[in-house]
Amino acid sequence: MSELFGVYIHWPFCASKCPYCDFNSHVASNIDHHAWRDAYRREIEYYASLLKGRVVTSVFFGGGTPSLMQPETTAHVLDTIAENWSVARDAEITLEANPTSVEAGKFRDFKSAGVNRVSLGVQSMRDDELKFLGRQHTAAEAIKAITIARDTFERYSFDLIYARPEQSVTDWRAELQDALRYADGHLSLYQLTIEPGTAFHTMYQRKDFEVPDEDDGGALYEATQEVMEEAGLPAYEVSNHAAAGQESLHNMTYWRYGDYVGIGPGAHGRITMNGQKQATRAHKAPDVWMGRVKENGHGSHDFEVITDDQLFEEAMMMGLRLRDGVSITGYEERFDMGRIHALEGEGLVTLNGQTLQPTVKGLQRLNGILNYLL
Amino acid sequence: MSKPLEHIRNFAIIAHIDHGKSTLADRLIQTCGGLEEREMKEQVLDSMEIERERGITIKAQTVRLAYTAKDGIEYQLNLMDTPGHVDFAYEVSRSLASCEGSLLVVDSTQGVEAQTLANVYQAIENDHEILPVINKIDLPAADIDKAKEQIEDVIGLDATDAVPVSGKTGINIDQLLEAIVTKLPCPKEGAADKPTKALLVDSWYDSYLGVVILVRVIDGYLRKGQKIRFMKAKATRDIDRVGMFTPKHVLLDELGPGEMGFITASIKDISETKVGDTITDEKKPCETALPGFKPSIPMVFCSLFPVDASEYEKLRDSLGKIKLNDASLHYETESSQALGLGFRCGFLGLLHMEIIQERLEREFDLDLIPTAPSVVYKINMTDGSQIELYNPVDMPDVQRIKSVEEPWIKATILVPDEYLGGILTLCQERRGVQIELNYAGNRALVVYRLPLNEVVFDFYDRLKSISRGYASFDYALDGYDENDLVKLEIRVNQEPVDALAMIVHKDAAESRGRQLCERLKDLIPRQMFKIAIQAALGGKIIAAEHLSALRKDVTAKCYGGDVSRKRKLLEKQKKGKKKMRQYGNVEIPQSAFINALKMGDDK
Repeated sequence: MSELFGVYIHWPFCASKCPYCDFNSHVASNIDHHAWRDAYRREIEYYASLLKGRVVTSVFFGGGTPSLMQPETTAHVLDTIAENWSVARDAEITLEANPTSVEAGKFRDFKSAGVNRVSLGVQSMRDDELKFLGRQHTAAEAIKAITIARDTFERYSFDLIYARPEQSVTDWRAELQDALRYADGHLSLYQLTIEPGTAFHTMYQRKDFEVPDEDDGGALYEATQEVMEEAGLPAYEVSNHAAAGQESLHNMTYWRYGDYVGIGPGAHGRITMNGQKQATRAHKAPDVWMGRVKENGHGSHDFEVITDDQLFEEAMMMGLRLRDGVSITGYEERFDMGRIHALEGEGLVTLNGQTLQPTVKGLQRLNGILNYLL
Repeated sequence: MSKPLEHIRNFAIIAHIDHGKSTLADRLIQTCGGLEEREMKEQVLDSMEIERERGITIKAQTVRLAYTAKDGIEYQLNLMDTPGHVDFAYEVSRSLASCEGSLLVVDSTQGVEAQTLANVYQAIENDHEILPVINKIDLPAADIDKAKEQIEDVIGLDATDAVPVSGKTGINIDQLLEAIVTKLPCPKEGAADKPTKALLVDSWYDSYLGVVILVRVIDGYLRKGQKIRFMKAKATRDIDRVGMFTPKHVLLDELGPGEMGFITASIKDISETKVGDTITDEKKPCETALPGFKPSIPMVFCSLFPVDASEYEKLRDSLGKIKLNDASLHYETESSQALGLGFRCGFLGLLHMEIIQERLEREFDLDLIPTAPSVVYKINMTDGSQIELYNPVDMPDVQRIKSVEEPWIKATILVPDEYLGGILTLCQERRGVQIELNYAGNRALVVYRLPLNEVVFDFYDRLKSISRGYASFDYALDGYDENDLVKLEIRVNQEPVDALAMIVHKDAAESRGRQLCERLKDLIPRQMFKIAIQAALGGKIIAAEHLSALRKDVTAKCYGGDVSRKRKLLEKQKKGKKKMRQYGNVEIPQSAFINALKMGDDK
């Protein structure tokens, strides 16, 4: 595989804000689609001028709800990317989509624009749970959208949220089995996390509901691994499951700590220039970002050079999320080998040559491992 | 010019906390014109913030009042406001030694309390004439007759002449002033023509004046410019100021026989001015020194560690500053594996300890971890030697110990009848031995002999909670006794946690050990490895808990936009690790130890 180089495009608007979501998303009624296309183009051109000669291996439209974009905008962005960089022939072009009938109706146009993979925010196969999660679709609608996606795109995936209030292992196994009937090669399964600044956070603080504790969350995670391995979709990352070769290339770029450009409000990037890794971080507010792009060509705060210590931490933190693990070449002296061996003794990691690999048991306790090792 | 002895009255005020002593002093000062109305703030004599807030007096204070009595003579009244608490009994005793009489203030709504008793006995020992004062008579709940009855029944003093007053409203203050002049004696001895002889009552550091020395003159005079000698300290100094407090500083030409006041002599270091020392004239010294006082001995010890290790220096400086004005505070550096660098501190008692901790946190803005309070044990070794044990960690090997002695106290408790049962049970649980049980009205007077180490461990809190705050308690040290005492050690993954080591009675070791293990199990966060928490006596494990390894701890989502945030979180946790202590292959947050140390009995 050639060197990974991804482009992330952030579309910050949603039809409504979900109570669990802490992403940079905004509910707006008047969107000037032409202005957005122009701003995206300008920012892509700016980064392309800094990163000449790179070959784009993936593009990812995230949000917000990028399926609310006009397909013309998607096409425009992809054309701009192709005009400014070479794009690998097998590049993965993913778009996040909500499984509503309206958005599913646009799938064909997104495909024409160049999208070859969709990731659907299904979240649950149960109508009452979808309501709790503040979603605008029903399970039946989601299944319909999945079917359209299957017929339209080369690849698709969908997300589910589990470890919801009062969810038992039995309930979840059944729901997951239902979902597997519609899966093809890739699924993302996230445990519900109560993030500060969300509606759920307030409700949680108010004790409107409880989420599974460490032991129950552990049992749910373990059950998930069992079901998914049986289904031939083992975890390749903490929350991502795929058949061999069906992994999300774009997300692998993050976890393998490759370079990626962040386009759009609130987008982050990691780009290597003159042998130095730099962090970019775009202004979050859409109009501020747009103003900066007009003024400076890009909407980021000052670029930040990643120090050697930070580079090590980020590379390990991301790399150890993968079942394949991470190479510690060049970082050997930063590790306490005794600690690695202690974790090996507990069956949490393995060290094969230079590759440090978390076991499935280790993935489930990754924060503890990182705290212990780094 | 100084007053003739007959026109001087030196007296102390003794009372239980909250019985209105300081307010009464305020009123006396105001009535005698020591301060204008606009200068009055509440409890003018309690100058420390902490004193005013807690309504207690820590340092003794003295004020000179001018009172013109009905006989037309202007009397000089020297009022000493003394600490009420047993921890400061030493301050009380030296205050009393410089006076001839005491006002015994009893709250007419509360009656006589345990502390009142202890202080009255001290005053009687000092040959004081005692004038009972029934305070707070303005309150609806006031019961003057009952208070008088208690003074007679519980203390055994004649209360016929007791003066009913209200410090708050000023009722009968004139009558009280008149009684001070007529009922309390003037200084007994004192000759103007004898060589200078004065008692060093107290001293403190003032950033403008240097060390200020509170004195009571016996014979002769103290004058500005005079060359004086501190007989015990064997130091010579020139007096550069002589004065009194009204309570404002007022400079005088001289202090004569029977008078109280202050001097300064360009002294920078308070340790030169030993309380109880005799001050005399360098050229014409007196023949014999005053008996002085026996120095205060710290009775309760605990270690103080800064939560933030980098504040160690600040803690050292702060202790140094407090020590400037509190010679009774002892401290030395201690290094703990669990808690880092800190100080082993000795205090006069529990209140003293609490106050010092509070001052460090409030005045000096320090975040502290105090270890469990402990006492001084005497260890008799098999080789015949005896060592004093200030820190349980230093307990010698059991094989080398012949016996262990611990300090005991005699505790006086006054408690309403209905709570007596609970109090007796508490005292029994704490290995107490009953000495006396009497009734005074509907209250019981209980005297118990108790090991001090059982009292330093939340005894007072339990006493208050059992009696809903109605029991009062005081104690006096009562020697050392041999007992079956052992060192209880807490181990985490086989390694001892020094900060949690404690000396306990053998019979209590197991339950205390189990309690600590259970508590720690709840306090230590799960880790990558399972953790064994054990309590041990010598080499023997007497209680154990196991904390299983972490089951799940992982961030569900981590994509391109999350890298910086998650990395910063990781770095923050790494910083937090500096507050962690390594036990085998596990790291335990300091907070777990702190909270284990905070534990009470009933959790």
